[in-house]
Parts: sequence; C-alpha cells; structure tokens
Amino acid sequence: MAKYIVKRILLAVVSLFLICFITFFAMNAVPGGPFNGEKAKSAAVLEALNEKYGLNKPLPEQFINYMKNILHGDFGVSLTTNRDIAKTIGESFAVSAKLGGIAIIVALIFGVILGAIAALNRNKWPDHLIIFFVTLFTAMPSFVAASFLLLVFCIQLQIVPVWSVESQNYILPVIALSLSPMSYITRLTKTSMLDALGQDYVRTAKAKGVHPMKIIFVHTLRNALIPVITYVGPLTASILTGSLVVEKIFTIGGLGSKFVDSITKRDYTMIMGTTIFLATIMVLMNLVSDLVYKLVDPRIQLD
Amino acid sequence: MAENYDIPAPKKRMLSLQLDPAKFEKATDEEKRQQDVMAESTTFFKDGMRRLMKNPLAVMSMIILALVILIMIFAPLIVPYSYEEIITVEGMRDRGAANLGPFEYSEMEQAYMAKYNTRIFPHIMGTDELCRDYFIRVVYGARVSLLVGVFASLMVLVIGTLYGAISGYAGGKTDLIMMRIVDIIYSLPDLLIIILLAVVFKETLDFSSVPVIGKLGTNMVSMFIVFGLLYWVGMARLVRGQILTIKQNEYVLAAKSMGASSSRIIRKHILPNCLSVIIISTAQQIPSAIFTESYLSFIGLGVALPMPSLGSLANAARSGMQSYPWKLVFPAVAIVLIVLAFNLIGDAMRDAFDPKLKK
Repeated sequence: MAKYIVKRILLAVVSLFLICFITFFAMNAVPGGPFNGEKAKSAAVLEALNEKYGLNKPLPEQFINYMKNILHGDFGVSLTTNRDIAKTIGESFAVSAKLGGIAIIVALIFGVILGAIAALNRNKWPDHLIIFFVTLFTAMPSFVAASFLLLVFCIQLQIVPVWSVESQNYILPVIALSLSPMSYITRLTKTSMLDALGQDYVRTAKAKGVHPMKIIFVHTLRNALIPVITYVGPLTASILTGSLVVEKIFTIGGLGSKFVDSITKRDYTMIMGTTIFLATIMVLMNLVSDLVYKLVDPRIQLD
Repeated sequence: MAENYDIPAPKKRMLSLQLDPAKFEKATDEEKRQQDVMAESTTFFKDGMRRLMKNPLAVMSMIILALVILIMIFAPLIVPYSYEEIITVEGMRDRGAANLGPFEYSEMEQAYMAKYNTRIFPHIMGTDELCRDYFIRVVYGARVSLLVGVFASLMVLVIGTLYGAISGYAGGKTDLIMMRIVDIIYSLPDLLIIILLAVVFKETLDFSSVPVIGKLGTNMVSMFIVFGLLYWVGMARLVRGQILTIKQNEYVLAAKSMGASSSRIIRKHILPNCLSVIIISTAQQIPSAIFTESYLSFIGLGVALPMPSLGSLANAARSGMQSYPWKLVFPAVAIVLIVLAFNLIGDAMRDAFDPKLKK
C-alpha cells in the first residue's frame, strides 16, 4: 500500500511539473513579450524592464525562477490589467468553488439516487424513463444545456432572474454544470448496483428475511458506491472545464470566465496562471479519489 | 427378445453401468435430421452486425446519421447559397436579409419574386446577422464537426493501437517505460492543455497557404496535434491490456507449440480478439472528439472564420438569443442529434461485439 501511495504521489508531482514545463515554454513560444503594449517603448526602457523582471536571462534560468515564484504562490502580474494574478485567481476561485462544489454535490446525490432507482426497477418504466433522459443529457455539451436553460427560464418564461450582483441565483448554472456528470454517475451506479444485486450475499440476506430496505442500503448501495468514488476525480475536471463556458454564459465572474476572457484578450500570464492552478486541482482530485478507492475496496490488488 | 441374440446380455450385477440395449429405440429419420440443424457458420463481424441490427435504437441512430450525412453531401449541391456568401438580389447586396426567420423572404426578395413571378430558393433556417443563409452554414458546421470527430478518432486509433501493441507484445522493461509515459500523459488535464496549445499554435504556426487545412485554420491543426499527443493514451492502455491477457491464453500456447510464427499468432489470434475492443473504443471516441471541437469553437478557439462550426454558430447565436432563438436552437439540436446517434451506436456496438457480454 505504502509503495502504491508513493508511486501515485510521484506520478502526480511529475505531471504537475510537466504542466508547469509545458505552460512556461508555451508562453515563451508565443511571439511578443509582456511589454509590447499599445505604447511603443524605447530600447532603453525595454532593457530596463527586462532587467527588472529577469527576462534577459537564458530561458532555463527563467524557468527555474518561474518555478520558484509559483511555489511561493507568485504567478506574476496580468498583462492587461497589471493586477496580481494570484490575487485575481483567489478572488474569482471563491465564486467558482462555490458553484462547482454545489454542482459536484448535486451531481453525486442525484446521480446515485437515480441510478439506484433505475437498478431496482430494472426494465420497468422508471428505469426506461431515467435511462432515456440520462442518454439525452450525456449527448448535450454543457454550453448547449446552459444556453437552453438561460433561453427558456430567464428569457422566455422569466422565472429565474439573470445573474447579477443583486440576484445570485445558483439554480440554473448548477443544473447546467451537473447534468452531464450526473448522467454519467447514474449509469455508473446502475451498473454497479445491478452487479451488487446479483451477488450471493444479497441472496443469502433475502433468504434470511432481512428487511428489503436494509438490503438496499447496507448490502448493495454501499458496495455499488465504490466505483463512483473513482469518478470523483474526473468529475472535478469535468465540472471545472464545464464551468469555463457556463460561467461565461451566465456572466458569473468566476475563474472560468476569467480564463476564457484571458484567452480572447491574449493575456498570456493570466492563461498560464489559471491553467496551472486548474490543472493542479484536477491532478490532486484524481490522486485523492484513486487513493480513497484503493483504501475503501479491499479486493483491489495493489501492484 | 429373439432378435437381440447377437448383443451380449446385460450383466446382472447390481451396480453395473453397462447399458441395456433393449431399452433403447432407434431414431427415426426425422429425429436424425433434427440433430443436423445447426446455426449457419458465421464470422465474428457478421455475427456482431446481426446482433447490432436487432437493436432498434442502433438502427434508428444509423438511419439518422445516414440522413445527416446525405444532407451534408447533397445540400451544398442543391442549395444555391454558399456558407460565406452574402445574399444578393440581381447583383445588389440585400441589406434587409439579415436575421430572417426560417422560410422568410426579405423585402427585396419578395419584390424580385413578384416582378419575375418566380420563386427564390427559401432560407430553410433563415439568415444570420451578416445576411448569409443559415441552413447552409449549419450544414457546413456539422460537416466540420463530423470530419474532426472521425479523423481525430482515426488518429487515436492508429497511434494508440500501435503504441499499445508494441508495449504489450514487447513486455519487460520496454513495457514498463512505455506505460509510465502513458500514466503521466493520462494524468494531464487534456482540455486545459488543448486550450493552452491552441492559443500558442495560433500565434506561432501559419498554414494559410496549405489548401484544405488553411481553410480550417491553425486552430484545427493544433487540435489534431493535441489529439495526437494526448488522446491516444486511453486506446494504448486498452490495447496493451487486451494483448497481455490474450497472450496468456492456451490457444496461443497451442499455436506456438505447433510451430506457428509470431506474425501468424498476431494476425490469427491476437488481432481478431482485440478487434472488438478497438472498434468499440473508436466508435465511442468520435462523439467525445465532436464534443471537444464544439467546446473549443464555442470559446473561440475552433475553426477559422468564415468557416462555421456548430460550436461557433451556437456561440455567435448567444448575442441575439432574445430576438432570434432559432439561431441557437438549430446548431444546438444538430450537435445533440449527432452526438446522441454516435453514443447510441457506440453502446449498441459494445453490446453486439464484446464477446464477454454474450448471453
């Protein structure tokens, strides 16, 4: 077990380093430096600026400095607003984390419940109904779902107010974000629940006369939830990337819309900062969910 | 009992297992024929296709996809507009033709039709804000999405299968190192890297002089590069795992002991057994590639303008959503329909071709 944990942590560190490496050299591959603004600067000023920010040093040395700064939480300053990137990320991530957190919880709860209902009513109408909608939702990109929700509920029916400073209604963005991961969890839960229902210990429990509710919650659902744990890592990634467009559509000033804005504005340091930040969260969540999975299920062999 | 003299009489011992022939009846000719009735000999592919055709959802999806593909091929030949053409009436730019609804005509077009008593080809999905026929733009957008999906999956198929096959067949140290690389790439957040590289390639690469790719733009090229770099790992893992298990089967050992060459074992035993998994995985890769493409186009990193894509059409439609909701509905429905059809076919293929799911 210890060996496996060490291996996984090493792997996570390597991929994080690789992400920093790719982002740094990608940033430097882009033509134009951070000071090629609208106003032309004289050669002397440019040189002084390069000297100040250490941009006249060779690339490998710059990379080491960049890494040192990142480890200290210093992502540099934005090219368009000149604001500290770490601060901007921190502020906008607070909004995104709230939205994403709610979406993850909603996706997990509804996914598991719907999956269990579908499995327990196999080949009856609740199963068919759930699977029909789940199949439809998996084919719907988050930006389509978000645009439709906005169109129907905010514009046509005017039930839910459009997102603004005064009215921060999380319902629609949360639905848009959680629909497709929820559908995946539903399918996952249904399959593993059916698998658990077919086990010998369930038949034994039934034969003993254990209460059906106890069989569902204690014997099957607990075991059926194990594969769902592995999905929490990819789920976080899916919610985070989904929130890039959903925040943009609902005009929520979170990290996602900051990221998309920085792309359209070619704000390179901001793109780098947000990429590294989001990637770190995804890698860590993957690591945690894999480790928990191995801890929870004793049948998993450790290689 | 007179006719049974030639058969030795049954032993009288209590526990003897010797059968008493007198207790048996001869089979009639009809009964003999019943023994001969066996399933017709079939190949793996035929068997899978037969089961696929029994799945109504899969057949329906295939019909829908076939219709979509037919529209994609023939609509540009029939519809007299092109995706970047601004509508003109008698050589005059028709400024009133912006944002028309489905099957609406602008005032100039109505005047033209009244004057010459003819009919102009209708704008099936209306027009966009730059007076271009929307139907043909959606058709081209779907074309781009589908092409990207299919080519990206083929690329994943080739790279992933080769890599996985080499790794699985070589084994040992080679396998270990190759799989570590896969592990690392697997843990990278793909979409973020795609976005990052798309931004970088857009600034550094220039393909505008290359015929087909130039029209699609550097973004598409960078997307293909990234697909080639990142997305094959899943396939490589799958193929390697398959080869490792198949290699240990007795029939491979039997073939080896009878002196079959490596190439024969790969061709006759390993490849056909991997095939189902590879086909299924490729079919399931297509919708995910279409998703990625539409997502990138939606945030403005997709195909180069004026070439439309379903994602960029949906994004452009957002600004006028209140007044012209159909401009969002058409591309969005097209994406959902195409992805849904591919998903259903992928699932049905998994059920039909995976020997482990046979009942």
